[in-house]
Amino acid sequence: MTDVTNLRDRPAWLTLDKLGVLIALIAVAGLALPFALLKANRIVPGEARGILDGLPGGPGFLFLALLIACILAALLRVPNLVKLGASATALLALFLLIGVAASNLMPPENNYARVSPSSGFWLLVFANSLMLADVLTRLRLGPWIRIGILLGVCVVVTLLLWSGSWNDLSILQEYATRSRAFWQEARTHILLTFGSVAAAILVGIPMGVLCYRRKALRAAVLNVLNIVQTIPSIALFGLLIAPMAWIAATIPGASAIGISGIGTAPALVALFAYSLLPVVSNTVVGLLGVSAAAVDAARGMGMTRRQRMLGVELPLAFPVILTGIRIVLVQNIGLATIAALIGGGGFGVFVFQGIGQTAMDLVLLGAVPTVALAFAAAVVLDAVVEMIS
Amino acid sequence: MIEIDGVSKAYGDNLAVNDVSLTIQPHTICAVVGTSGSGKTTLMRMINRLVEPTSGQIRIDSEDVTAVPAHELRRRIGYAIQGNGLFPHKNVGQNIATVPRLLGWNEKRISARVDELLELFQLDPHMFRDRMPHELSGGQQQRVGVARALAAKPNILLMDEPFGALDPVIRTRAQDDLLAIQQRFGTTIVLVTHDMEEAIHLGDRIAVMDEGKLVQFAPPAEIIGNPASDFVAELLGPSDRAFRLLSLSRLADHVESGEATGEPLPSTASLRDAYSELLWSGRTAAPVVTAAGDVIGRIRLESLTRLAMAPK
Ligand SMILES: Nc1ncnc2c1ncn2[C@@H]1O[C@H](COP(=O)(O)OP(=O)(O)O)[C@@H](O)[C@H]1O
Ligand SMILES: [Mg+2]
Repeated sequence: MTDVTNLRDRPAWLTLDKLGVLIALIAVAGLALPFALLKANRIVPGEARGILDGLPGGPGFLFLALLIACILAALLRVPNLVKLGASATALLALFLLIGVAASNLMPPENNYARVSPSSGFWLLVFANSLMLADVLTRLRLGPWIRIGILLGVCVVVTLLLWSGSWNDLSILQEYATRSRAFWQEARTHILLTFGSVAAAILVGIPMGVLCYRRKALRAAVLNVLNIVQTIPSIALFGLLIAPMAWIAATIPGASAIGISGIGTAPALVALFAYSLLPVVSNTVVGLLGVSAAAVDAARGMGMTRRQRMLGVELPLAFPVILTGIRIVLVQNIGLATIAALIGGGGFGVFVFQGIGQTAMDLVLLGAVPTVALAFAAAVVLDAVVEMIS
Repeated sequence: MIEIDGVSKAYGDNLAVNDVSLTIQPHTICAVVGTSGSGKTTLMRMINRLVEPTSGQIRIDSEDVTAVPAHELRRRIGYAIQGNGLFPHKNVGQNIATVPRLLGWNEKRISARVDELLELFQLDPHMFRDRMPHELSGGQQQRVGVARALAAKPNILLMDEPFGALDPVIRTRAQDDLLAIQQRFGTTIVLVTHDMEEAIHLGDRIAVMDEGKLVQFAPPAEIIGNPASDFVAELLGPSDRAFRLLSLSRLADHVESGEATGEPLPSTASLRDAYSELLWSGRTAAPVVTAAGDVIGRIRLESLTRLAMAPK
C-alpha cells in the first residue's frame, strides 16, 4: 500500500525513459571502452587511452561529469529541452575535446605517431546522437528549423576544421598528406551521385508517365528495373566493363567524351541503372494516387492531355516522386564509393586504399564525408518533401 | 437546345445506355434520375464527349458535338461532379480561374470574374480567394466547384450528383442556390441524381433511366401523376406520391377567399408544407400572407386533400 502511494507521489521526471535506458547502456559502455588510440605509426595496432589520459586534471573530470549528467538526462523523463541541451552540449564537447586529447596524447617531435578516436568515443557519439535525434523527432520541428540546424552543424564543423583543433587527429593527418586528391575525389563523388540522379530524373519521370498511361508496359518495365536493382552493385559495375569498352572502341567519338570500360562513365551508368526503379515506380505510384475526381474535372473542363499531366497530375504526384528521388540520392551517395573499384573515383578511393593498407584512418577519410553527405542530403530532402506536401 | 438522338453506349456486351433519344429545351433543368448503374452518368458524359457514343448523335444548338475538338467543346460546357473535384494544390481563385485561363482571358478579366462568382455564392472574396480547398467546409467546396463550372459563362451546365456528399440542411440550401442561379442566368442544366426528391424539386423535366433505357421523360407533375411504369412508380415511393404532388405547387396559386384564424402561412410555402402545418396544428384552415405580411386569403385542409389526389 505504501509503495503504491510512493509511486504516485514520485514526480513525473523521476520515472525511467525506455529509449533512455538503451542510450544510457551504450553511453556507459562508451565510458568503459578506450576513448582514443595511440599508435606508433599509421598501420600498427594502437594502445588504448582513456578520457583522463587525454585530458588530465580538471577538464577531464568536468568532461566526465558532463557525460554522466547526460546519461542521467537520458534515463529520466526530464523536459525535452533539457535532453536537447544535454545531448547537444555533449556532442559539441566530444568533437572539440577529441582534438584536444589528440594534441595532448601526441608524443612531441614524432611525425609517425597517430592518435585516432576509439570505440569509446564512437559509442559516446552514437549514444548522444541517438538522444539528440530522438528529442528532435519528439519536438516535431518544422522543415525550415531542421535545415537551419543542419546549417548550424555545418558551420560548427567548418569552424572546428578551420581552427586547427583537429589537426593532431589521425584522420586529418591522412587528409593533410593528400588534400588535393581529397577534393578531387570529392568532386568526382558529387558528380557521380548528382549526375546519375539527374539522369535518372530526366529519364525516369517520362518513363514513369509512360508506364502510368500504358498498363501493358508498366509490368514489363517495372520487372526489368526490379531485376537490375537486385544485381549486386559490384557485379553490375563489373558487368558494364565489357559493353562500355565495346562502345568506346566501336562508336566514333565515344572515347573522346570519356566513355571507356573502366572509369567514371561505367560507374555513372551503373548508378543511373540503380536509380531508375525508385524514380519510375514512385512516379507511377504518385500518378495512380492522384485524386480521380480532380483528373476527371480537369478533363471535363477541357484541359488537354498535356495540360492535365503538367498542370494537375504531375504536381499532385510530385511529393511521392520526390520521395523516390530522396531514396535514390541517399542510396547513390553510399553506392558511389563502390565506383572506386572500377576506377571511377570518389570517396571510395580512400576506403579501398585504406582497406588495402590496413590503415583505418584512411578508410575513415573516405567513409566520414560519405556518411555526412548522405545524412545532409536526407535531412534537406525530407524537409523539402514535407514543405511541398 | 441539346438533342440526344438514338444514342447508345456499349461496354463489351453491357449496354450502359440503350438507344436514348430526348431533347432538352434551352434555359431548363433536366434531371436524370434512376437507380445506381442505370446509365445516368454515361448519358451525361456523352454530352461533353467524356464518353464517346457507340452509336447515335448528340447535337447542341443543331451542331453535332463531334464537329469541334473535344477539349474545345468541353471549355464551353460547365462541368461539376460529386466530391467537387477541386484541384487540391490550387487555391480557390486558381480553381475557379481554370477554364477562363484555358480560354486565354487576360488576368484582369479573370480576377474580376473570380470575385464576382465568389460573391454570387456568398463567399467573401478577400477571405476565400487565397484559401486552399482543404481549408473549406464541404458546403463551401461544393459551391466553389459550381462556381468553377460557371466561370466562363457556359450556356450549358452538366452536374453529376453535385449535392451527393452534402448533409440534408446544406443540400437544401445548395439546391435553392442552384435554382436561383439558373433563373438568373438561364443556364441549361443537365443534373444527374439518384434522389427522386431532388429531381422533382429541381427538374423542369425528369428523365427516368432504367438499365440503360429512358423509361419516361416528362415534367414532375406528370411523372408523379402518371408514372409510365411500375419501375417509375416504385422510384417515386408509392407512400409518398400524394405529398410529392403537393410539394410541386405553391400556396400563392391556390389561395381561397374567406377567413381563418391562427398562425398565418407564407404564400411562398409549398402545398405540402401547408398540409403538414394544418395537420400538426389541428386546424381545418389557415390564413395566407404575402412576404410583406398582408393577408391575401386562406387555405383549407379540404382543398389540399383534393389537390393531393391523383390527376385523372
Ligand atoms: N468505363 C466503363 N467501363 C465499363 N463499364 C462501364 C464504364 N462506365 C460505366 N460502365 C457500366 O455502365 C453501366 C452504367 O454506369 P453509369 O452510367 O455510371 O451508371 P449510373 O451513373 O446511373 O450509376 C454500369 O453497369 C457500369 O458498370
Ligand atoms: Mg453515376
